[in-house]
Amino acid sequence: MTSTLTISHLTKAFGGVKALSDVSLAVEPGERVALLGHNGAGKSTLMKVILGLIAPDGGEISVCGAAPGKARSKVAYLPENAAFHSALTGLEQITYYMRLRGEAASGAMELLDRVGLGHAAKRRIGTYSKGMRQRVGLAQALIGHPRLLVLDEPTSGLDPVSRRDFYELLDGLAADGASILLSSHALTEVEARTDRLLILSGGRMVAEGSLPELRREAALPVSMQITALNGYDTDIMAALPDAIRLNGGLHLSCTQEDKLATLARISAMQEKVADLEVIPPSLEDIYSHFSRRDGQ
Amino acid sequence: MIARILATAVTEAHIARRNRWVLIAVALMVVFSLVLSAAGSAPTGALGADRLSVVVASLTSLSVYLVPLVALLMSFDAVAGEVERGTLPLLLTYPVARWEVLAGKLLAHTAILIVAIVAGYGVAAAITIAADPAAVSGLGALWRLTWTSVLLGATFIGIGYALSSLARRVSGAAGLAIGLWLGLVVLYDLGLLAAVVADDGGFFTTDVFPAALLANPADAFRLFNLTASQATAAASGVGGAAATIPLWQSLLSILIWPLVSLALAALAFRKVEP
Repeated sequence: MTSTLTISHLTKAFGGVKALSDVSLAVEPGERVALLGHNGAGKSTLMKVILGLIAPDGGEISVCGAAPGKARSKVAYLPENAAFHSALTGLEQITYYMRLRGEAASGAMELLDRVGLGHAAKRRIGTYSKGMRQRVGLAQALIGHPRLLVLDEPTSGLDPVSRRDFYELLDGLAADGASILLSSHALTEVEARTDRLLILSGGRMVAEGSLPELRREAALPVSMQITALNGYDTDIMAALPDAIRLNGGLHLSCTQEDKLATLARISAMQEKVADLEVIPPSLEDIYSHFSRRDGQ
Repeated sequence: MIARILATAVTEAHIARRNRWVLIAVALMVVFSLVLSAAGSAPTGALGADRLSVVVASLTSLSVYLVPLVALLMSFDAVAGEVERGTLPLLLTYPVARWEVLAGKLLAHTAILIVAIVAGYGVAAAITIAADPAAVSGLGALWRLTWTSVLLGATFIGIGYALSSLARRVSGAAGLAIGLWLGLVVLYDLGLLAAVVADDGGFFTTDVFPAALLANPADAFRLFNLTASQATAAASGVGGAAATIPLWQSLLSILIWPLVSLALAALAFRKVEP
């Protein structure tokens, strides 16, 4: 099967400032890909180029086998901070979007029920909370059967339960073969709910792969927190010259390869150790590692 | 295509109804028409025309100011509002052409304008005919005024869309719309009159002045209605020089202007980068 989205060597500059440089990526059918990056890294610009809203300066893009903006009936978009006309009701807004996509407007109510807005369908969007507006945005992205969903921070403003429901919706769509490209700042939920991560920094793609792959590539040190039994901390310090005192305990960092050897040395002193905690590099650490490596 | 235009029109109509634009437009037209028909029914006998034709002449002078104003008020927000609310990028990722979006908005706004115009003129005509049944002979003039008012309104709706696309900010679009209204409807005529007086029957009065009148949609509208009902002498402030312009020329200007302004609007909207 061919990729739903293919981008090669994409460049885009705004008035001499490079927003994207030499970005290449591919998203397969049924794949859920998370796009990470600090503010201004080029995530929204990349999405707008994919959607055909802004023209790239160079590079090639194929969306559902066509140029960006030419296969709009197969692509759904959820903008960051989804906004709608405050004078319309949720039902009117979704009905409008369904008609634009050539879908029967009779399904609008069902769609709003699916995102948990059925009770507020006949109220004006102006009276909605941010989370409710976000759900109107989600509802419109589900209209028809999009092959590619481009979601810009889809879970911002949603409570934890709504987030879980949202990712379940996405799982269903991906199982049907839809490709999903989403950006997010909530790293932990992205970790559990996507197949692959892309990290943008300063307009460049600095890392790509599944979380274990990125973890290996980053090769960040493992931290250990040792709590010594009364009075034995100097002994342990002597045995482990890299250790430092921190918050009343002993703190130690070592590389992934040295991890087991270090643990063996600590367990050899088990009569002097009260407790040991091993802290692997967090997703945040890996993310900062990649987004700082280039350009920052 | 038709379905998408209609869907946009229905949505715009909802918005206009909620924002009270329908109410404001209708109320403006009705109130001013009432005032004019009350004031215009006094001097009938002296002119030798039926009462309704006199009212139509007054309504023409009113509509030249009011119809463009209502049209601009409804349209200045059309594109700039979407840009400022942030609703435009999402809309443009839908399988809908930009001209279809504009066509849908135009349909809704023109429909509201027609309702307002028909309500206003209808009230004026009803009162006049009730007072003098012989006034029905002026219905032809009223009908002419009605459809030319709709075309004048469509022209200014298109201009409003174009300004809205160019400004990209609601406040900027509002300023441009008011400025343009003042310029085309008020200052343009004052400038022409001043030039005619200063020129004193020379080249400007004979050649430039008629062309300048035809180039302005509001002047062409006034010219057409007053010439057609031969009421130029009765109500036109533009004066005798205008009477020399053949009727077909002002008609042509009225018919072409909506197309020009809508083409400008489509062109300006295409340049808007979300």
